Amino acid sequence: MTVKDISEHLKKTLGEDRVLNINEESTPHTIEISPNYILEVGKMLHTHDQLFFDMLSCITGVDNGVEAGTMEVIYNFYSVPFEQSLMLKVTLDRNHAEVHSLESIWKTADWLERETYDMFGIKFIGHPDLRRILMPADWEGFPLRKDYKHEETYRGIKIEY
Amino acid sequence: MANQIQYRYEKDNLVKSEPGKYQDTELKSNELVINLGPQHPSTHGVLRLEILTDNEIIKDVIPHIGYLHRCFEKHTESLAYNQIIPYVDRMDYLSSMNSEHAYAMGVEKMLGITEQIPKRVEYIRVLVAELNRLASHFVGVGSYAMDIGTFTPFFWMMRDREHIQRLLEWASGARLLYNYIWIGGLYYDLPVGFEDRCLEFIKYLKPKIPELEILVTDNKIFIDRTANVGVLPLDLAINYGITGPMLRGSGLKMDLRKVDAYSVYPEIDFDIPIGKGAMGTVGDCWDRTYVRIREMYESIRIIEQCLTKLTTEHKRTKEFDPQAIVPKKIRPKAQDLYFRAENPRGELGFFFRADGKSDIPFRCKARSSCFVNLSIIGELSKGAMIADLIAVLGSIDIVLGEVDR
Repeated sequence: MTVKDISEHLKKTLGEDRVLNINEESTPHTIEISPNYILEVGKMLHTHDQLFFDMLSCITGVDNGVEAGTMEVIYNFYSVPFEQSLMLKVTLDRNHAEVHSLESIWKTADWLERETYDMFGIKFIGHPDLRRILMPADWEGFPLRKDYKHEETYRGIKIEY
Repeated sequence: MANQIQYRYEKDNLVKSEPGKYQDTELKSNELVINLGPQHPSTHGVLRLEILTDNEIIKDVIPHIGYLHRCFEKHTESLAYNQIIPYVDRMDYLSSMNSEHAYAMGVEKMLGITEQIPKRVEYIRVLVAELNRLASHFVGVGSYAMDIGTFTPFFWMMRDREHIQRLLEWASGARLLYNYIWIGGLYYDLPVGFEDRCLEFIKYLKPKIPELEILVTDNKIFIDRTANVGVLPLDLAINYGITGPMLRGSGLKMDLRKVDAYSVYPEIDFDIPIGKGAMGTVGDCWDRTYVRIREMYESIRIIEQCLTKLTTEHKRTKEFDPQAIVPKKIRPKAQDLYFRAENPRGELGFFFRADGKSDIPFRCKARSSCFVNLSIIGELSKGAMIADLIAVLGSIDIVLGEVDR
């Protein structure tokens, strides 16, 4: 199935407004959807017998900066039986970066979403255990945001060298 | 500065920076929280496991990671594409060549020069990557056997790994962190005589791996400790995004070298070993070790074929320049790209976003195989004995450098 077929299928079964955009410049091809429908679309991608994206490889957060005012979450899916890859993109408001968690569908999302939260402060609604994972629990700020300024010291240890 | 205390000690520092999930006051009368690591040899680095036990039975395992976090993704925000390669080396320090290979191929794909890479360069890349895969599996199996209680395989494997490291040092100048594979080419051609010495080494190595099998996978004590322990069913493995020998140990014939057919792997003849449950259930710790050892044979086959090609069809010539198409300026056009490749521990993926205006990636994310593979440890060891936790953890074969990046 090409990305166009997948997008047509999503539109037909779930509703016209589910797919915002498709991008065939990227590798693999991208479908952009509205963050409100991520759970619905995720369930469809996971269970449909023609799509069957049973593996969630990667979740990436992207901060577009203060001027753009948006953040993105990019999901990379892979279908083991059909040997097909798909990139799914949601764009979030930078000030209310919230999207529904996919942990209930793919268990991989547990740690990958925690990492995205840790680095970007994107909240994953419905995640069972959204704590920091790589940074210490009492760290201030989200390091990969474009406007991040680190503190002078952490427990007496100088940060800037 | 030298006499100054650089760290302000407070009694509750650890509790604040890495609080446990289970508090003592919430525990039932027969429950106990045991802390394993971060400084413990069988955690293979700095990994802290918070174990909730009921007598000898494990009820829950909470991994606490991040002690070796070196901000790979933060560094990439201020480095040009070619300068990131040394940082990629330091992620999985046991298989740097494989990581470099994956990274270089990703950037080449963005630049659209994948097809232009000379065949000799590709064969050298595959050769050094497979040598490194062997070395990585040596450490994986050797240290796993040591965790289980047999010491000899570790020494034998370290002895043979040393030969590989010397070979790679000869080629690149470094023992572990090579920076040998460049975007669009290589640092240098192989040194004169490398092919012969490598062939000699392969001849020496071939009879050593059956010896390893006798010591490890055929060993009664090893089988008792690992068969039917930490059984990972295939559907759970896929749902958790497990890749590499762990996934193949659960019985799925999936290897990205075959599936994605990158580099010159389609021209090379090799098999994908999978776990069959020969000593117990499919997907147990024994199967994962078995797959790793079978993969050593396959790597040797690949190395032999590469050496044949490098001495006949694509042999050394005076005109050959490994840096011929290394781009002077690496500025890919604006795009998103996710590239993945098979590392010794599973799928290493790179997500790039290029903005088309600068030599620095707008975003570069590393999807590490160990990070995802480790996330299953709680599920795998629930209901097991504490001693089995060490067997399960070792069979995942983590490198903390890649878990924490």
